[in-house]
Amino acid sequence: MAYQHTIHQHVYRFEDLKDLLAKASPLRSGDVLAGIASATYEERVAAQITLADVPLKDFLNNAIIPYETDEITRLIIDSHDILAFEPIAHLTVGEFRDWLLGDDIDTVTLQNLKWGLTPEMVAAVSKLMRNQDLIAVAQKCEVVTKFRNTIGLKGHFSTRLQPNHPTDDPKGIAASMIDGLLYGSGDAVIGINPAMDSPSGVNTLLKLIDTLRQQFDIPTQSCVLSHITTTLELINSGAPVDLCFQSIAGTQLANSSFGINLDLIAEAYDATLSLNRGTIGNNVMYFETGQGSALSANAHHGVDQQTCEARAYAMARKFNPLLVNTVVGFIGPEYLYDGKQIIRAALEDHFCGKLLGLPMGVDVCYTNHAEADQDDMDNLLTLLGVAGCNFVMGIPGSDDIMLNYQSTSFHDALYLRKVLGLRPVPEFEQWLMRQGITDNVGRLTHSQAMGKLMDHLF
Amino acid sequence: MKKPVLKTTDPWESLKEFTAARIAMGRVGSSIPLTQYLEFKLAHAHARDAVYSELNSEAISYYLQHLDIPILKLHSKAENRNQYLQRPDLGRLLHEQSAKLLIEHAGKYDISIIIADGLSAHAVNSNAVQLVEALVKLFRSIRYKLAPICLTAQSRVALADHIAHGLGAKLSIILIGERPGLSSADSVGAYLTYNPRPGLTDEMRNCVSNIRPEGLLHQLAAEKIFYLIQEAFRRKLSGVDLKDNAGLLTS
Repeated sequence: MAYQHTIHQHVYRFEDLKDLLAKASPLRSGDVLAGIASATYEERVAAQITLADVPLKDFLNNAIIPYETDEITRLIIDSHDILAFEPIAHLTVGEFRDWLLGDDIDTVTLQNLKWGLTPEMVAAVSKLMRNQDLIAVAQKCEVVTKFRNTIGLKGHFSTRLQPNHPTDDPKGIAASMIDGLLYGSGDAVIGINPAMDSPSGVNTLLKLIDTLRQQFDIPTQSCVLSHITTTLELINSGAPVDLCFQSIAGTQLANSSFGINLDLIAEAYDATLSLNRGTIGNNVMYFETGQGSALSANAHHGVDQQTCEARAYAMARKFNPLLVNTVVGFIGPEYLYDGKQIIRAALEDHFCGKLLGLPMGVDVCYTNHAEADQDDMDNLLTLLGVAGCNFVMGIPGSDDIMLNYQSTSFHDALYLRKVLGLRPVPEFEQWLMRQGITDNVGRLTHSQAMGKLMDHLF
Repeated sequence: MKKPVLKTTDPWESLKEFTAARIAMGRVGSSIPLTQYLEFKLAHAHARDAVYSELNSEAISYYLQHLDIPILKLHSKAENRNQYLQRPDLGRLLHEQSAKLLIEHAGKYDISIIIADGLSAHAVNSNAVQLVEALVKLFRSIRYKLAPICLTAQSRVALADHIAHGLGAKLSIILIGERPGLSSADSVGAYLTYNPRPGLTDEMRNCVSNIRPEGLLHQLAAEKIFYLIQEAFRRKLSGVDLKDNAGLLTS
């Protein structure tokens, strides 16, 4: 079905819902590269005005990627809960935006809405929202997940300790891990991106984190971010796998370029659950996403990159993840050109993920060919802290020497906790105090903990 | 009056010997101390300057004169750096004038050497001359017929397919500036493609990366590339299938 809107005798036509969503999307280089963005500022606003009048119900009857050809579309349609949808069934996209901002819409209301929403509805409404709207609504959400600790409680803010090394050298990784722990990092997960995706290499790294965790009774979980097939193989051979990781995207075709599909993830999910390693909860999956991944795999079907991203969240929530991380600035300037576009995309992803019921974290990051720097990241980090983001990355001095990009440092997380009065997850906070890493008001003290950690690892 | 010490140092500085990561930075309050912050900023400045650096075609041509190989200066369809960064597709296409120039030099060649700015012209400005000298010496040892050397501005890897195909070469080798890291703004990547033609994707290529004085040295890089090229000619292919058999050499 086509849509149209007239401004000063100029009739703007939008071929279908997919076209309308793309044209209504705030400007970003990836949509321009794909040839689906609005040609002018006026056209973009015309699309947004048009989109505001589209009933939410239309999204249930108009699949933007056909049901027959895409398993993510099938998952979205088949898992839609018409009862949960009831409170908003009569609204248009524009009315939904106003509804979300209403004072009587609280945390519980939004939690109950989760399965009534499709990713396309959420993506659509985000396109009508300013950055402050995205923050204000996300802040009302609370998504709590558990494995060995409790992540996502309001007033708490966690980090993934990311101690990568270009050759996976265990001593190099251990050095960064100690540095991070002594800076209070690692309550979301200690997660390594391996340089080499070989089962034996990954197993070595898993054991390195696991023995440290057990020796010091650290209330956190470990993950080596290998391909899901490698993790499955390791689970079957008895390796200490806490969390199962996978990068995912919003179309079946893009996922198949990653070598995955829903059945494979379901198999790995069941295998990881069967290990039963979580002490207080059973959220065992860790997913990473990022706008532009479908386009870069030439698998976007003409759908804008932000809507593709939201569709990936529909896939993630099927498997009750502990952590979902949008790696927002990693993909490069051909998808998100500068600090402004990266910040906007991160706030959209965080909002969409939270509304769909996901424990969203954000890799606040950029590459050296993007028009961005530490000031942009400070802005984004602070905005996400206000929005109630579950976690960010913790990397020595922001400089990931394996992946060659800049993310947030251990110091950055401490800054955010300090200025916004946020605390680590409760179990980890207690541990930091027991170890003498922080005092009872959360300030770093270091002291005796260091000697013990170093003796263990070196 | 003695200045108060504001900075807290980290007593685990000895761990720095195990990693190049920015560990044990110390802190002021809980923030990064100024010295460490400025060091980071300088590294980022080098990387940013490298992205916006321009190919020094004059100097490279001058220093390659003695090889007695014609040199062509070409341009992609990306008009400037900002467009180049946002439209990688244009960096993979030849400008019409450059395409005409190629027709004038078309022939039957074994190897087409291409020097391209990529994401760091600074990298090729610093490394390309020595690398090409080493390569040409090896190529001449078994009498490969060399096409004119092409210097290409605002160029992506796949531009080599159009150039080598236009010239009529059986194999292309493109030396291109890699995306600068914080500690390496001068790294060159070399991509070789057998039977180059428009429309190929990256799994048809082999790459030797991190070529720079602090990484893979010029002579060693040239030998690796030379080995791969000989294998590519022998087996009439390049890419994933070649890598599997060339083993560690392609790492």
